[in-house]
Parts: sequence; structure tokens; C-alpha cells
Amino acid sequence: MLTAVFAILLYLATLVLVGGLGLRIWQYASTPAPLKIPTTPAPTTTPGVVLRLAREVVLFESLFRSNKWTWLFGWMFHAALLLALLRHLRYGIEPVWTWVVWVQPFGKYAAFAMIAGLAGLWLRRIAVDRVRYISRPADHLLLLLLILITLSGLGMGYVAPTDIVGLKAFVLGLIYFDWQPLPADPLLLLHLALVAALMAVFPFSKLLHAPGVFFSPTRNQADDPRERRHVTAAFEASYRDG
Amino acid sequence: MADFETPELDDYTRTPGLAPGAMAHSQPFIAAPDHQQALGFPGELVDDWHDKAIAKFGELLGKYRSLRVYMDICVGCGACTDKCHYFLGTGDPKNMPVARQDLMRKVYRRHFTLAGKWFPHLVGAEDLTEAVLDDWYTYFHQCSQCRRCSVFCPYGIDTAEISMAAREIMDSIGKGQKYCNEIIGKVIKTGNNLGIPQPALAATLADLEEDIEEETGVAVKLPLDQPGAEVLVVTPSADFFAEPHVDGLIGYAKVFHQAGTSWTLSTHASEAANFAMFIGSYEQMRQVAERIRQAAEDLGVKRIIVGECGHAWRVAYSFWNTLVGPFDFLDPDYPAPQHICEFTHDLISRGALTLDKSANDHMTLTYHDSCNVARASRMGPEPGGQFHYPREIIKAVCNNFVDMAAETIHDGTYCCGGGGGLLTDDLLELRVKGAKPRMEAFKAVADEQGVTHMAAICAICKSQFAKVMPAYGYGMDKIVSLHQLVSNAIVLEGQNGEDDDPEDDAPAVEDSSDE
Repeated sequence: MLTAVFAILLYLATLVLVGGLGLRIWQYASTPAPLKIPTTPAPTTTPGVVLRLAREVVLFESLFRSNKWTWLFGWMFHAALLLALLRHLRYGIEPVWTWVVWVQPFGKYAAFAMIAGLAGLWLRRIAVDRVRYISRPADHLLLLLLILITLSGLGMGYVAPTDIVGLKAFVLGLIYFDWQPLPADPLLLLHLALVAALMAVFPFSKLLHAPGVFFSPTRNQADDPRERRHVTAAFEASYRDG
Repeated sequence: MADFETPELDDYTRTPGLAPGAMAHSQPFIAAPDHQQALGFPGELVDDWHDKAIAKFGELLGKYRSLRVYMDICVGCGACTDKCHYFLGTGDPKNMPVARQDLMRKVYRRHFTLAGKWFPHLVGAEDLTEAVLDDWYTYFHQCSQCRRCSVFCPYGIDTAEISMAAREIMDSIGKGQKYCNEIIGKVIKTGNNLGIPQPALAATLADLEEDIEEETGVAVKLPLDQPGAEVLVVTPSADFFAEPHVDGLIGYAKVFHQAGTSWTLSTHASEAANFAMFIGSYEQMRQVAERIRQAAEDLGVKRIIVGECGHAWRVAYSFWNTLVGPFDFLDPDYPAPQHICEFTHDLISRGALTLDKSANDHMTLTYHDSCNVARASRMGPEPGGQFHYPREIIKAVCNNFVDMAAETIHDGTYCCGGGGGLLTDDLLELRVKGAKPRMEAFKAVADEQGVTHMAAICAICKSQFAKVMPAYGYGMDKIVSLHQLVSNAIVLEGQNGEDDDPEDDAPAVEDSSDE
């Protein structure tokens, strides 16, 4: 019963995540960008744009320029999240790839960095009057959700280890549609339920910044309007027919 | 004049504490029915404005990827909250870029997202009530669309795009802004924002020719509607009459004269400005731009050069090719369009101008990067040329040049406080307070490094500073045109004796504020 509930929950969450994100990405991609609006100075070539976006996504370049504290906490959280996610690959892969094995020790400590980053961001949200002014309940709830996910994960790593072998069997069972029993460990159940919740709210929340940044015209356009005439089909249809 | 106090200048710009509602009273005049209808907008607020606005909002979400994406992806990190000059000058929290965007985002959430339909309080969703619409009108007319926030946003969210969309929606329900819409009507009807007819323009140019000849002894021409000229110069109409703009125009004329390049102005396109950008109307923007293409074709010119005007350069550089291109009838050896600074810079770097820097020795200059030039365009082949070209020109014609603090120049430049369709006296308090960060940066170099004047290459910046610098205790003549400096330094062949002191410190003859 427990296994079925969680299996269905995770399937549904995955569907919502993939379907919802797919829909949003399709929407972003299919909405025209009629004019050239890169924030200049901007790269003049496509490789340059790829590099600019890479710097934004990997280093949070603009945020670094903007606010060192927010950058520190934000970057720390995201980098640690990436490590933690990579580490989790081991539960869905058999045999485990070598590089995932290498990530494992870093991934385990990454959870502490995640907590520190999230706590810093939350502190800013409460303590800085400007950030407090723009914060809504959903902003706090998302931070809470992420912190609870991290804490429950940490708990299993350092306080009350769960049946990792059983969990892996369950996850592989989900992937190959051959359900295996889920260990009935409260921390694990909490962790999985919260992750399912996070996956489900992803496409309906500000977490859309993850795919969205790639579609931001001020960052993803090359500065070449004189050299290349930029015209979208929609623009041509609506403005040049007269 | 409105009743308000000019802020005290600090040694550097500090982030103010929040002062909710500090600028809630600041609204520009509403467009009259005539001005609205001339642009195809409803004359006054329509009865079913709410539904019309939401429908328009939905339409725009499908038309502009910027709006679509930016409504979704803000995480509220707060990186932009201390970046807007209007917030820094007023402390009104709704002038923080994210809060300004949220005025629109909350309506987006309510009407276009599941979260906002189901849990409005949780995600800060709100219907477009009369109060919210009023906030839109107030605070989307406290954004000069300068894009400084976009530079600092980790996702590049550009409040300019959002305020343009908001104004577009408001226009579509009959709540337009007088200043912008009246001007757009004028430019379409008479060819320029000021409504100057051809005979008046011709007379003005003839007067200027006389003035130059009187001063220099050289017959420098300012040709109008001359078919077959090599270059069409399109410049903001303030250049024809306002100080210090007109000294810039004289500078262009002298540069063309010495370069031996034939050029002409056009009555039909006697305006580079394109205020349609400020109201987000691509159709109006296309119409206004189309005049210039037409003029260029009719006159048979080979090149188009744009005068000193910030947003005009953005429209010309970034949008013309899309809106009214391709410019395949022009000489392919030159970029289309070119900036007057690109033209002058090229001549200087080839040694084609005779310059006497000492003519500007009575000034120590700094340079104000205009927002649209800095963050929405380029000069020359390399990114960042828009920062270097003007400075290199200044250094070639002046001995004394000092830059303001690094975080207040280049793409971190502060808006003058009058851009984006806000250069109107009904927003004077906003303009004065919005200029505070720039004035603080200016004060620092004035106090510490003896800077006496600030050069700019934007008609709005020049008009704005001529108006607001006196509020901060600096004479209105402290703002100068870049090509005014060139004009001072250039030594024409056959020019009168060297020692003709250029009259920079003469009082300005006309207040340009009612532009």
C-alpha cells in the first residue's frame, strides 16, 4: 500500500514536472521576440552569446556584480544542489557510473552548504527591508520546503540512516515499472513526499527561472542588429502587410 | 512648480530606507481625447476597461517573449532593489524595479496562472482593480526605461519591457499619457516632435549659418532637403533651437564641412526621436521610423547618420533594420545607420580634423553615458564602443577630462532622470529626485577633481540636466553637447584668428524644458 501510494505520487509528480515544464518551455520558445533587445555591451556572435549565458548560469555573473551576499548564498545553494542531485543519481543507476562514485563524498557534504545558502537567503528575505517588502508567502514556503528536504536528507545521512539498498531497489523498480517495496522509514517518506511536492510546484512557480533564463532576450540575443536583419514571421505578418 | 524639496546630495549614493507612498502622488497628465484618437487609441477610459485590459495583456503575452518570460521567472532575489535611480532618489518602494514589475506581475498571476487563480494570497496575485490601475499609471510613469536594473538582474529581466507593455495596455483602454502621445501625433503630422514647419526650420538653419559665419568667417552650411547629398542627418529637433543642443548641431555642421562630406537634413524626417518606443507601440514606432527611410530614399542619400539622441539611437541602431529595413539602397561600405560619434571618431582617428584642444581649456569635462546608448546600442565594431567612442572624441578635443565613479558610468550609468517619456514639467519632482544619483557622482568629481562641465550625447539628458542641475546648485550651462566641444576645438580652413573664445559660459538663451 505504502509502496503504491509513493510510486503513484512520484509518477504523478514526474508527469507534472515534465509536462508542465515542457509546456512552459514550448510557450517561451514559441512566443516571438520581435525586436533585438540585448542588454549591451553584448556579444556580437552566437558563440559569444553561448559564453555569456554560460557565465550567467554557471557563475551567476550579473548577480555577482549586483550583490555579493545574495550571490554568495545563492551560488552556494545552487552549486551544492547540483552536487547533491548528481550524488542522488546512484539510486537510479546500476551499475553506478564511476564519476557519480567520485561525486559521492562531495555530495554528502553539499547538504550543509545547501542549508547555509538557504539560511542566508532566508535571513536576507527577513532582515533586509527592501527584500522583505517584495517577499510573499510563497517565497518563504519554497525556502521552507527546500530546507526541509535538505534536513530530512541530512537526517538520513547522519542521524538515522535509512535502508539505502531497499530504497535503490524501489527507485529502480519505479524506473523499470517493476515495483519493489519502499522502506517504511519516516524520514525517507517525508523526504520523498517533499521532493514530490517540489517537483509538482516547479512549473507553476518562480522555479521557472531555471528554464526561463535561457529564453531571456536581454541575455540570449547577439548584438548584431545592423549586420543582420532580425525579423520574426509574426512581426512580418502583423506590421509589414500595409 | 510642484511643492517639494530637492534632496541633499551625499558624497556617494546611499541606499535609502523605504518610504512607502512617497511618490504616490506623482502622475503625468492624461492624454486628451484628440491625442489618443490621433494614434488610434480610445479617447478616454473605456467602460469595460478591465476586460479590455486583461484581453490586451493576454495578447501581449503572446506577442513579446520578454514579457512572457519576465512575468514568470523573477525569484525576488532583491538584486535590483537598490539599482533604480528613482528608488535611490525617492525611497518609494514601488520604485524598486521588482516592485514596479510586481504591479503588473500580480495581475498576470491572478489572470494567467493556476497558482494565482487558486491561491492568490500565497503568490501575491491581485485583480486589476481601479486602485491597481491607478498604481500602474503612477509607477509605470516613474520608470525611464533605462534598463539599469536589467544589467544587474541574474536573468536580465528588463523593467523597460514591462513598463512599455503596461503603457501599451493603458493606451489601449484610453488611459494614455499626454506628453508622449501628443508628441507622437506631432512627429507623424509635421515631421518633428516640436511641430516645427518647413519654413521655420529653413529660417532657423539659415540663422545658424549666419551665426557660424559671423563667428568663424567661414561659410559652413546646414543644408535642408538637398537631394543627392551623401549623408542624411537625422537629429533630435531640440538640436534646432535649444541650448546646449544647438551648439552640438553646429558641431556636426563643422565636422561635415571639414570632412568635405555633403550632407542634408530633411523636413520630412526632421526628428530622430521616436517616442513610440516609450509607449511600447511597435506600430507607431514603425510609422515614425518609416519617415526616415522615406526621406533617405527620396533624397537619394548613400548614408544615414543619427545625431546626439539616446533613445533615438537605440531605435535606429537596434530597431530600424527590423522595422523599416533592409537598408539595401544605402552604401554597403558603411553601417546603416551610423552615429554621429562614429563619423567624427573615424575622422579624428584618421587625422582628418584640425583640432585645437586648448579651445576647451576653460572647462574640465566629465561624460554622462546616456542609458539607451550605454545599455541598448553600440558604436563601432566592438562591444563597448559606445563607451569609448565618445570619450575618445572628448579626449581628442579637450585637455581636461575626468570620469565619474566607475559604478556610475558605462553600463552602470545612472539615467538622467528624464528619459522614457518623463521629460515633462508635470513630473518635475520625479525628474529632480531621479537625477540625484547622477548629481552625486557629478558632485564628487566636481568637488575633488575640479570638474566644471558634463558632456552628453542625448537630447533628453541635455534638456533634463539643463532643467534639474540648477535645483542642485549647478548652472544650467554645466551640461554641454559633445559636438559642442568638437565645435569649439575644430579649426576650419580660413577661420578668423585663433583667439576667438568660444562662448560656452554665456547664459543659455532658451529653456528647453517645454520640449
